[in-house]
Amino acid sequence: MSTLQIDQVSKLFRASAGGGLTPALRGVSFDIGQGEVVTLIGESGSGKTTLGKIILRLTAASSGKVMFEGDDISVFSGKRLREYYRHVQGVFQDPFSSYNPIYRADRVFELIRGVYFPHTGQRAWDAKIESALLAVALNPGDVLGKYPHQLSGGQQQRLLIARALLLDVKLLVADEIISMLDASTRVDILNLLIGLKRSGLAILFVTHDLSLGHYVSDRTIILRRGAIVEMGDTIKVFSHPQHPYTRDLLAAVPELHKKWQPAAGGAAIPPDDVDVLTAAAPARAGHGQAPGPAGTDRPPQPMAMLEPPPLVEYEKDHFVAAAES
Amino acid sequence: MSLKVENLSVAYRMRAGDCCPVDGVTFTVADGEIMGLAGESGCGKSTLGNSLIFMEGRMKLLGGRVVLDRQELPIADFRAMQPLRMTKVSLVPQYAMNALSPTRRISKLTTDLLRSHGVREDSVLEEMKRRLRLIGLGPDVLSKYSFELSGGMRQRVTIILSTLLNPSLLIADEVTSALDVSTQRAVGEMLMEFRDRGFVKSVIAITHDLSILAQIADTITVMYAGRLAEKADAGTVVKAPLHPYTQMLLASLPEVGLRHDQTTLTGIPGRPPSLVSPPSGCRFAGRCPFARAQCAQAPPFEEVAPGHRVACWKVSRGWPEGGRV
Amino acid sequence: MSETLSGSTPAERAGEAGPAPVTTPAAGTTMAAGSASPHRGGDLLYYALHNKKLVFGVSLEALLVLVAILGPIIAPHNMTDYFASNQPPSAQHWLGTDNLGHDLFAEVVSGMRVSYLVGAIGALCAAFVGMALGFTAGWRGGMLDEILQMITNIVVMMPALVLLIVIGAYLKTRGITFEGTFIGLITWPWVARAVRAQTFTLKSREFVDLARLSGKRGFSIVVREIAPNMASYLFLVVVLLFGSSMLLAANFDFLGLGPTTGTSLGNIMNQSTLWSALQLHYWWWFLPPGLLLTGMVAALLIANVGLDEVFNPKLREQ
Repeated sequence: MSTLQIDQVSKLFRASAGGGLTPALRGVSFDIGQGEVVTLIGESGSGKTTLGKIILRLTAASSGKVMFEGDDISVFSGKRLREYYRHVQGVFQDPFSSYNPIYRADRVFELIRGVYFPHTGQRAWDAKIESALLAVALNPGDVLGKYPHQLSGGQQQRLLIARALLLDVKLLVADEIISMLDASTRVDILNLLIGLKRSGLAILFVTHDLSLGHYVSDRTIILRRGAIVEMGDTIKVFSHPQHPYTRDLLAAVPELHKKWQPAAGGAAIPPDDVDVLTAAAPARAGHGQAPGPAGTDRPPQPMAMLEPPPLVEYEKDHFVAAAES
Repeated sequence: MSLKVENLSVAYRMRAGDCCPVDGVTFTVADGEIMGLAGESGCGKSTLGNSLIFMEGRMKLLGGRVVLDRQELPIADFRAMQPLRMTKVSLVPQYAMNALSPTRRISKLTTDLLRSHGVREDSVLEEMKRRLRLIGLGPDVLSKYSFELSGGMRQRVTIILSTLLNPSLLIADEVTSALDVSTQRAVGEMLMEFRDRGFVKSVIAITHDLSILAQIADTITVMYAGRLAEKADAGTVVKAPLHPYTQMLLASLPEVGLRHDQTTLTGIPGRPPSLVSPPSGCRFAGRCPFARAQCAQAPPFEEVAPGHRVACWKVSRGWPEGGRV
Repeated sequence: MSETLSGSTPAERAGEAGPAPVTTPAAGTTMAAGSASPHRGGDLLYYALHNKKLVFGVSLEALLVLVAILGPIIAPHNMTDYFASNQPPSAQHWLGTDNLGHDLFAEVVSGMRVSYLVGAIGALCAAFVGMALGFTAGWRGGMLDEILQMITNIVVMMPALVLLIVIGAYLKTRGITFEGTFIGLITWPWVARAVRAQTFTLKSREFVDLARLSGKRGFSIVVREIAPNMASYLFLVVVLLFGSSMLLAANFDFLGLGPTTGTSLGNIMNQSTLWSALQLHYWWWFLPPGLLLTGMVAALLIANVGLDEVFNPKLREQ
C-alpha cells in the first residue's frame, strides 16, 4: 500500500474582490510509495505549496481526498491528528521563519516533547536529541542553547529536519527547503535527504528548480496552474518530455555549459506570467467581466472549462496531459 | 574603459563594530560589457553594487575611487550624485518588484520619475511603450496598478523604468532571484537585448546564481568575504576556474542531467569569516583544502593569464593540485 | 547566517531583529559569525537607556508617582481640616486653600493617588477584556470573529457619558472601583481590534504552522507562540490605556460624574469651576491639578513613543 494517496484534490480560493473563485489546484491525483522521493515541480501559481499545506492538514481541500496509509486525513482530529503528525512532517522554505524568534532554537524539540514523549526521562530525551542531531550532521555543541539568529540557514534547516526525525516520520514534505540557502550548503542538505531516503523515508520535494528535482527524485510531477501536465519516472520525464510546457521549462533552465537555445517555433518563449490564471489577476474564473492580465486578451472562463485534461500514458510510468489552450 | 573602480573600500557602521564588506576592490567594466558579480550572501556584492550609486546612511566610504566614462563619480556625496542617478548610473535593487508604489498607475510612476529628472514626458512615454512591446508586454501595462501585474512583469517594468533615461551603467541586484525559470530567461534576455540596442552601455549583474551568469554575462567576477577572488570571461570561469573557491562552488551546483546515484555533489564545509573582524591574510584559507603557511598573507588580485585575474597564492605561485603539503 | 540569501545588506541582517510583531526579523547575522551575539535583553536595555524620550518620560512619571505616594504623608495638614478659605499659596499652605478652607496641597496629592488608581483599574480591565476578545477573534476567525466584531461595534457606538449618567443615577454612591471598571468596559474595543489584527498577521507565520505540526492546540499556541511575539506591542497598549484612562476619568470627574467617595484631580477641578475660581482668579485651585494631570498623562505618552522606538528598530534614528 502506498504511503500517501492524493485523489482528485482540488482547492478553490475566493478572489479578494468580488465573488470569483480562483482554482489553485484542479483534480490532482498521484501516489507516494514507501521510501520514494517524489518531486513536485511548478512555478508560481501552480499550486504546489497549497498541495503541501493540504497534505500537512494546515489547510483543507475543497474536494477530493488525501489518504494516508488508507485513511482519509480530512476526518482526523485530536488524538488521531496528532498520530498523523507523528508520521508526516513538513519543512518549509524560509528556515528562520519556522522558529519563534523570542525562544531558543532547540525549543522546537521541546514543542514535541509534551505531546509525543510525555514519559521520557531527561537523560533519555537528551540522548535522543543528540542522536537526531548527529543524524543530520550537526554538532550538538554548535546548536544547542543558541537563538535562531545565531545559527546559519543551513543549521536552521538541519535542526528542523532533526526535529522531524525525532518523531517516527514516514513522509516528509519539503517545500522549497533549500531555495533560500547558499549554493555551497544546498547540496549538503540534498545529500542529507538522500541519505534519509535510503533509510526508508518518503519525501515530497516541492520545488521550482528542475536541476534539483533531477538530482534527487525517483518520480517527477510537473504542475501548471493547479493541474498535472506530466508525471512519471524522473529520467523518462526529463529525457523525453512530451508536454510543451515541460519542454519550455527545460529549455528555460539556465545551465553552466550550454546557452539557451532559441525556441523550436522560432519566436521567443513567452514566460507563463504573461498568460496566467493567478489570483492576483483581475480575471475571474466565474462569470466576471474583468479583462485578462495585462498584455493578453485572455477572457475569463466558466468553471466547467477549467477541468484539467486527463492524463494519458505515454510509456510505462510516464503520463502526459493533453495541452491546454 | 567605461567603468573603473580602484581600490574601493566601503564600511558599514553597526553596533557590533564597523564591518567592511568591500575591501580594496579593483576592477573595470568595458563599454557594452555585462559583468556578472557572483558570490554568496554576506560577501559584499550588493554593498559593492549599491555603493556605486547610493551610499545608504550607515555606509561609509573608506577609500578608493570610481571613474565612469572618464568622469569621477562622487559616490560619497549624496547630493552630487543626484543628477547622475538614472542618467549615468542606474540601479535595479533587490526585490525591485516590490518597489512600485501600489497606489499609483505605472504611467503616473513613469511621469513622476521623468519630471524629477527634468525630462519632457511625451517623447519618453512613446519610447517606454516601444520598449514594453520589445519585451512582449502591451501598452495597457501603463494604465495598470502594480498589484495587477505578476511578479515577473513587475520586475521587467522596473528594469524598463530604471533604464528609461539610457544610463551608461546599470547595476542589476539579484534581478532574477525570486522569479520562475521562464521569467528568469525573459529577464536575462531582456538585459542582453537592452545592452545590444544601446539602452544601457554596461551592466553589472549581481547574483548568487552562476548558471544565469553563464547565460548572460561576458565576464564573471567572483567575490568572497569582501574581496575579489577571481575575474575572467564567463566561459573561462565556468569551464576552467582557477581559484579554489570558484572551483568548489561550481562543483556543488546540481545541473539537469546529474543524478545522485551517479555523481555525488559536495558543498564547501565551514562558513565565511566574520566581516567585523576578518582574518588577516587570505579569507578563504580556513575552508581551503590547499591552504599553506603563505596564505597568512593576503594574496594580491593579479593577472595570471590575459584577462584572467585571481587572488590566490596557489595560482600565482603554481602550487600543485593535491591538497596540503 | 552566511548561508541565507534573504536580504542583501549586512546591516539589515545584523541582528536588527527587535520584537516588533509585524516586521519579519532579519535572517541571522553574518557579521556576528564567530563572535558571541548580544542577548536581546541587553540590546534593548542599551537602547532604552539612550532614548531621550523614554528617559524623560519615565523620570517625570516616576517623580509624579513619588509625589503621589509621599505627598499625603509629608503634607503638613490633613485634607479634611478646615482653615481660612480661598487663601493663595503661602508658606503655610503650599497650594493655598479652597472655598471651604481645605488645604489644597493635601487635596491635590490625595487626588493624584485616586487618579492613578482609577487609571490603573481602567487600564487593567480594558486590557484584560480587550486581549481576551481580540485573541479569540483573531485566532478563531470565522463566525465567532463576526459575532465578536458586532459586539465590539456596539460597545464603540454606545455613548459613554449618557450611560454613566444613567447608571450613576441608580447607584447610591460611585466609588473608585466603579469608575475604573466602567472606563475599562468602554475602552476595550480599540485594544481588541488592535490585538485581533496582530493575531491575524502572526497566525500566518511559519512558526505557528510548526506549532500546529507539533500537535499543539489553539489556546496553547496563542499563549505561548503568538502573545509573546506581541509582548512589546501589548506593553505599549497597556501604557497608552493607563494614560487615556486617567484622562477619561478626569473628563468624567470634571463633569461631576466622578467618584462620590474620595477626591480626584478631576473632582478638584470640577469644584473649582462650580465655585467660580476662574472668575475670581483663584488660580491656585484649578491650575495645579490641571498641570499635574497634564504632566502625568504626557509623561506616559512621551515615554510610550520612546518605548516604541526602542522596540521597533525601524523607528530608531541612526
